[in-house]
Amino acid sequence: MAAISPPASQTSAFDRARHWLRDSRIPPVYGILVIIFLVSIVLDLVFGIDDQLYIFNRTIMTNVLVRSVALGIVAVGQTFVMIGASIDLSVAYLISLTAVGASFLMNGNPDNIWWSVLVLIGIGVVVGFVNGTLITRLKVNSLIATLGVGLIIKGLLNAAFDNFAGSVPASFQTFAYGSIGPMPISVLVLFLVVAVGWFILRRMRFGAHLYATGGSEEVARLSGLRTERILTMAHIICSTTAVLTGLFVVSRLRSGAPWVGTDGLYDLESIAATVIGGTTLSGGRGGVWGTLAGVLIFSLLDTTFNQIGINAYMKQILRGAIIILAVGFYTVRSMREAA
Amino acid sequence: MTQLTATTSTVESLAGRIWHRLRTLNPVYYIALVLLIGVVVQNPVFIQPDNFLVFLSRSAPPMLLTAGQVFVLVSGGFDLSVGSVVTSTVIISAILANNDPGTTWWVILLMLAGGAVVGLVNGMVTAYLKVPSLIATLGTLLIVRGIGLFWSGGAPRGYLPDNFRMWGRRGITGLFGLREFPYAVILLIVIGVLLWLLLHRLNYGRQLLALGDNPRAARLSGVNVNLVRISAFVICSMTAVVAGVLLGGRGGVSIETGTGMEMQSIAAAVLGGTMLLGGRGSVPAAMAGALALELLFSLLNLLGLPKPLRDAVQGLIIIGAVAYAAYSAKRNR
Amino acid sequence: MKPFRILFFVLAAMLMVALVACGGGAPPAAQQAEQAAQQVEQAAGEAAQDVEKAADEAVAEVSEATSSTSEALGSEGAAVATEFYSQADYEAALRMRDLKPLNPDDPVWVQYLEENWVDTTQYKKDPPYTVCFSNAGVNNPWRVVGYTTMQAEVDLHPEIEKFIHVDAEGNDEKQISDIQDLVAGGNCDILIVSPNTTKALTPAVEEACKSLPVIVFDRGVQTDCPVAFVQPFGGFAGYNFGYEGAKFLVDNLPAKANVIALRILPGVDVLETRWAGARNLFAESDLNVVAVEFGDGNNDKVKTIVTDAIQKYGHIDGVWMDAGATAVAALEAFEDAGQPYPVINGEDQQDFLVKWQQEGLTAIAPTFPTFQWRTAVIAAMMTLKGERVNDPWALPQPAITQANLDQYVQPNMPPLFYAMCGCETMPDFPQRWGGTAP
Repeated sequence: MAAISPPASQTSAFDRARHWLRDSRIPPVYGILVIIFLVSIVLDLVFGIDDQLYIFNRTIMTNVLVRSVALGIVAVGQTFVMIGASIDLSVAYLISLTAVGASFLMNGNPDNIWWSVLVLIGIGVVVGFVNGTLITRLKVNSLIATLGVGLIIKGLLNAAFDNFAGSVPASFQTFAYGSIGPMPISVLVLFLVVAVGWFILRRMRFGAHLYATGGSEEVARLSGLRTERILTMAHIICSTTAVLTGLFVVSRLRSGAPWVGTDGLYDLESIAATVIGGTTLSGGRGGVWGTLAGVLIFSLLDTTFNQIGINAYMKQILRGAIIILAVGFYTVRSMREAA
Repeated sequence: MTQLTATTSTVESLAGRIWHRLRTLNPVYYIALVLLIGVVVQNPVFIQPDNFLVFLSRSAPPMLLTAGQVFVLVSGGFDLSVGSVVTSTVIISAILANNDPGTTWWVILLMLAGGAVVGLVNGMVTAYLKVPSLIATLGTLLIVRGIGLFWSGGAPRGYLPDNFRMWGRRGITGLFGLREFPYAVILLIVIGVLLWLLLHRLNYGRQLLALGDNPRAARLSGVNVNLVRISAFVICSMTAVVAGVLLGGRGGVSIETGTGMEMQSIAAAVLGGTMLLGGRGSVPAAMAGALALELLFSLLNLLGLPKPLRDAVQGLIIIGAVAYAAYSAKRNR
Repeated sequence: MKPFRILFFVLAAMLMVALVACGGGAPPAAQQAEQAAQQVEQAAGEAAQDVEKAADEAVAEVSEATSSTSEALGSEGAAVATEFYSQADYEAALRMRDLKPLNPDDPVWVQYLEENWVDTTQYKKDPPYTVCFSNAGVNNPWRVVGYTTMQAEVDLHPEIEKFIHVDAEGNDEKQISDIQDLVAGGNCDILIVSPNTTKALTPAVEEACKSLPVIVFDRGVQTDCPVAFVQPFGGFAGYNFGYEGAKFLVDNLPAKANVIALRILPGVDVLETRWAGARNLFAESDLNVVAVEFGDGNNDKVKTIVTDAIQKYGHIDGVWMDAGATAVAALEAFEDAGQPYPVINGEDQQDFLVKWQQEGLTAIAPTFPTFQWRTAVIAAMMTLKGERVNDPWALPQPAITQANLDQYVQPNMPPLFYAMCGCETMPDFPQRWGGTAP
């Protein structure tokens, strides 16, 4: 009896940890994040281009977070529309529009910052409204509607600006380059956006309605929800986050060019990060904390690839494989739980 | 008298049938026709057989790509990797062939096999790992392009021999008094008909459409869902390889060939009335959709519109066409 | 329903304000909304005209030099963005054309056209060195050849213990982070930067200059803080590239000949200045520039553009290009249409040179030499050894002409191998560059 008890208590400790993990509702993607982090350390030890481990370098680690800001903010918005079983491909173009618009409107003058930001957010809201209306009222498939809106934005933008126009004032660049204590302002903004996203989704009625709408539009409508309006609102939120990302990008680059959004691949990468984070394309499930982990995985990979000096094309191959494996791990796991 | 009435009524019913047929015809054919007329008004020489064949042969790759994409779309998936498959086909063929005409055939066969492998991976990841196809093919997009560029070191190496390039560039001379009847157009017709037969005349097509319409019902009615789904991806990737061979033939080796073609092919298919997330679609209509897009580009070009506005007009037309389709679907219901 | 509608109208009003702002500089607001709409239409109209009447418009604009270019800002094609056009720079490039290298006996990649010596004793350091390189990307064949040449140059220097390369994959945002990481890592003795875009990378380079010596090459930055900026013609290479090609067309074509200008994409500084250098010359000439089109550097698109232009205008006699990668595709469009070859400028890539030699074209190949990738490493070594360097280091910018064509044709090299690499005598040539032994 006494001989058996130690292994039994070990098992129960393990079980307890497992239960705690499950009950804590930490998205399983954080497991993947930890694995990638550990693998990164090993790779850095073996193949690192210098003798130090980059995880001990505070600046580089902070930079991992800064690398996540642009993609992270817009991915939070993407999470909203994807929970609503929709998708938004226009974000990359909206980011370009914001970046160019901000440098043009502010034109180096600090007095212009506030009204420019308001105007740009207004444009974002309008774009989100158009996306939402096309999808919910005109019943255009979200992929096509947002692709079309993206093309329209791209066309108008390129027709109006074929290059860098103006620049943002130095004081606006505090957004990207300033810091409070050791923490860059931009990273704080990212966490704030994620926290607000979490609050809306989990603590407000709108969030519950959005999950219901994404889970089953039919059921949600029959139970009295105004699903059109809810989904449109999700699209407005998504476009607003795209504007925020655009503002961050332009404050980092000082001046926006019409290709900054598309070159950054913010459309497909925000979708990939969101899916890796556990939000399903079919809607109704997921959350912003998982998305944050998805984004962190991308920036961690970026940094590790730099540190071990990997070939650019090999990077693409690995990135593609990791996207598939991460999501595959996730879906297989949820199948097993379901079974 | 009686006889006369009878004749008239047959004539009437024939006319009525034709009228009914025209009325229910997929609107994409009218869109394409209107665009064609627009192009001809702007540039009368366009309709001369020689010039029109040149146009058709350059539209062949996107049309084939769209026809392949339809198979995946009607099954309820997406294939974002086709553009990368085109790029890698061109780059890798050039490395393998290295300007040696003797290698052409096995290189093309090898590329087709490679395309089949990519399709298998896409399909199996989607079918067995249950990864949404949008994400799975986004992954293979990166992987396939990465492999092509990694192998070549980032810049094209080697040349494509002339007997490889002839498929996209040359044609049969002296046919019907034409200057040249492009091989690309022949391939377009042959493969187009094959794909049409496959989707609309064979049991396989019915199974595919059933799968896209309602996977559970399809499974219950005895369709081997995974097999059918995977085969759709294989067909799509292999037509992408054919498009790559044609594009490589037409333009020569370049790492830019194929960029952006995935979204264009999806948009063209949708323009042709294919329903995203599956269940409805037609190969000829989708190919007409791709042709309409090419005609639109030509028209906007002839009108002298600057390139950026061409993008905006393209966006408007795609949204408009799909909104119209959704509207008429609702009305008919 | 009500709050939703109110929201919508508020936003629509905001959009109007934004449109006004975009259209008319710094506006008071409301009343100009209508005007803004007109301006948008007008801009579209102007743009359409631009493409058709590129030459006419160019004449008008050049006469007023820099000031008038802003009018055309809203259009593509013929216009050169004001940001990238400077009459002074254009003239400086033309002046450079008359200069001879001051050290003609040295290899071409260390020659200089002007003496701009700066002292570097403050950076002097004992070997071994760690050299860090933030690369905009290896996303086109020109950069692949350049980077290969650079690695070969690094191998020639035993004093370089480590060469750390980070690749930004053509993304400004990423390159800024990359530079920050390199500086923070604290391992680099010197930082070489090839910026993805001039304006966006300026703040990051300024920041890096505070910690370590920086060498910039290829595209520039808008700051003097780097130790040296290495570029052919000391930063005016773009103007000269465009000028060289355009001058050849003007000299070799009869009056009223139809010319088409093929560009890659708008808004990239090195490419904008190329068109700027050509446009002035075309404007003064009696050539008929029938179209200015963007082909994205894509063979297929270029072939379509040229085929359509031949169909539309009957004949095209000259082709000007801002980059040569698609030159052979453009030539094949003439072959396939059964038309004689045009007078053309390509670039120093092999497929074009081979075609030129085989078909006996009337052609020229201005270059943006890949040997500058070697020079950047050499400048870094000179800096760390405390030797004086030129800033800017104005390298020569040779063109390949009929006279020296044979010397650069190397059929054993890949089609998009850029011949002006100064790498023929380096170890492992040609295999390292993807070629086969002749």
